[in-house]
Amino acid sequence: MKKTYKIEVDCANCANKMEEAAKKTAGVADATVNFMALKMIVEFDEGQDPKTVMKEVLKNCKKVEDDCEIFF
Amino acid sequence: MTKKQKKMLIRIIIAAVLMVGLHFVPVDGIIRFVLYMVPYLVIGYDILKKAFKGIMNKQVFDENFLMALATIGAIAVALYENGDYTEAIAVMLFYQIGELFQSYAVGKSRRNISELMDIRPDYANVEVDGNLEQVDPDEVEIGTIIVVQPGEKIPIDGIIEVGNSTLNTSALTGESLPREAGVGDEVISGCINMTGLLKIRTTKNFGESTVSKILDLVENSSSKKSKSENFISKFAKYYTPAVCYSAMALAVIPPIIRMVIMGAPAEWGTWIYRALTFLVISCPCALVISIPLSFFAGIGGASNAGVLVKGSNYLETLSQTKYVVFDKTGTVTQGVFEVTGVHHNTMEEEKLLEYAALAECYSSHPISKSLRKAYGQVIDNSRVSDVEEVGGHGVTATIDGKIVAVGNDKLMEKLGIEYKSCHKVGTIVHVAVDGKYEGHIIISDVIKPTAKAAIKALHRAGVAKLVMLTGDAKNVAKQVADELGIDQVYSELLPGDKVEKVEELLASKGKKEKLAFVGDGINDAPVLRRADIGIAMGALGSDAAIEAADIVLMDDDPLKIAKAIKISRKCLRIVYENMYFAIGIKLICLALGAVGIANMWLAIFADVGVMVIAVLNAIRALFVKNL
Repeated sequence: MKKTYKIEVDCANCANKMEEAAKKTAGVADATVNFMALKMIVEFDEGQDPKTVMKEVLKNCKKVEDDCEIFF
Repeated sequence: MTKKQKKMLIRIIIAAVLMVGLHFVPVDGIIRFVLYMVPYLVIGYDILKKAFKGIMNKQVFDENFLMALATIGAIAVALYENGDYTEAIAVMLFYQIGELFQSYAVGKSRRNISELMDIRPDYANVEVDGNLEQVDPDEVEIGTIIVVQPGEKIPIDGIIEVGNSTLNTSALTGESLPREAGVGDEVISGCINMTGLLKIRTTKNFGESTVSKILDLVENSSSKKSKSENFISKFAKYYTPAVCYSAMALAVIPPIIRMVIMGAPAEWGTWIYRALTFLVISCPCALVISIPLSFFAGIGGASNAGVLVKGSNYLETLSQTKYVVFDKTGTVTQGVFEVTGVHHNTMEEEKLLEYAALAECYSSHPISKSLRKAYGQVIDNSRVSDVEEVGGHGVTATIDGKIVAVGNDKLMEKLGIEYKSCHKVGTIVHVAVDGKYEGHIIISDVIKPTAKAAIKALHRAGVAKLVMLTGDAKNVAKQVADELGIDQVYSELLPGDKVEKVEELLASKGKKEKLAFVGDGINDAPVLRRADIGIAMGALGSDAAIEAADIVLMDDDPLKIAKAIKISRKCLRIVYENMYFAIGIKLICLALGAVGIANMWLAIFADVGVMVIAVLNAIRALFVKNL
């Protein structure tokens, strides 16, 4: 399953870092952050609940970039 | 400016004023230090906080850490040596100015590009009890009658029930010539109704309408990252730590060498200062921001010209296109076939056309359409049974109890029916009834008015080879190719053969040369996918083409192909300019910093100045009008 989320982040490098962090989160098959459109596209592993996974994703993203936000 | 940006601007102004003001305050020692710390903290407290948090989260090497370390280091050196704290504050100040500028520029271009694609309709007018009511287009169900007044955007795809008008499609196609539309015409969302009131019966949900599809495509386009972008992400990942370690080495090794081997004074201060300069230069921001921004602007500019690019990777591939393979029908020709003659018929012309039209009544091929058009009467499907389509050959069907075969030479050969060939150029449709040859119908297609100019433009744009693939007869294909100046033609291909031919061409070309296939999206999906880059044209309203292609030309003007290639080249040129420029300047400054020629002021230029220039250069990719 693929879902798109609106994000808020200030710099392009931070967006790259968020992408890395999201990719490494358990339950995420793949993730892309589009800095220009301020969107994060997350592909979830089979049978994962997006809400729970996204909480983890946000937590991991906050670790690499304190100033970011994901709206889900 | 957003609230965040305004706050930053105020902080910058306060810090700058304090910094300059303190210059005229004659104090020394600890008081001087404390006073100077005020502007430093005003401008840099968030950076220090972020750097600290980064260390806590084991994310050491980010630009906050670099800036914090460089400025604290500079303060330490100043404290120890001469009390000149200005440098540390200035570094922080300029860094923040750069960040502010970057955030402003990115936000601005984000808005610019969205404005270019400002086709999202805000409401739909629905008639309720004789009154017009504005509703959210999302809530309009299929089959609802919506009213579009002059000056309004058509919100949802549909068919005109009442009224006629002139439609402005420029937001969708980049084509400035308005289009006439009347009762019974299909209209697509995103067009602007210019003259008359229209009542439209919707045929799709808002989410499935053209305008939503296009917006979706454009908004997600930069998610598919190009090689250059991936290169930069990787580069940034190694570059920052590498510079940090070099800085450390620069701070420690030369003084030790001086002390131990040369017996000279260590000059710790000088070397630490140089190492700090290193740290300031090392921020990869200019690169990381300008490359995606260039692509984003390029894609935005392209969509404004009616060329939708599905990802920056496609823009990159397109710029390396050396081979362009065309489909003939609908791409270089109008795809509007007309019956231009009936020959060798023994029965009446009308009767022959009737058989042909009936046999082809289920086919959506342009030729079938033109046969039905030439027949001109309502087709009674119940007279037709056992329709069998023979791919690339034609159709056999039973009509009024007679077996009718309608198709090309190959079909006749396959059925063992003797046929007469034609001296005229066009598509020849033979008709046989109950195994007896009854004559043929000539259908010809018209070459698009801009096709010739388009081929010339492609040649001029440096495309090495132009190839045309068609299922049509050899003489037709050759005539079209000769007239247009296409290098190579493969004719009489079945749909499967087209994929094979493209594969052959893919195998024969060099690795860096890319092959683009241009088709009208009908029956082309496999080839569009197989080619390095698939370009669908005239795709307005054709979901299959939008789905299968990498690049979608909104109108069916072949000139847009060359334009798209030029846009991609310009964008990629800017990408490389930024890449070489930013990396080059940084490396030069690093070298100068190591030998002590570059001070921290130059370092700030290498960081912030380069970023500003790169961002401004990136925005240039947006302007594609005169390409």
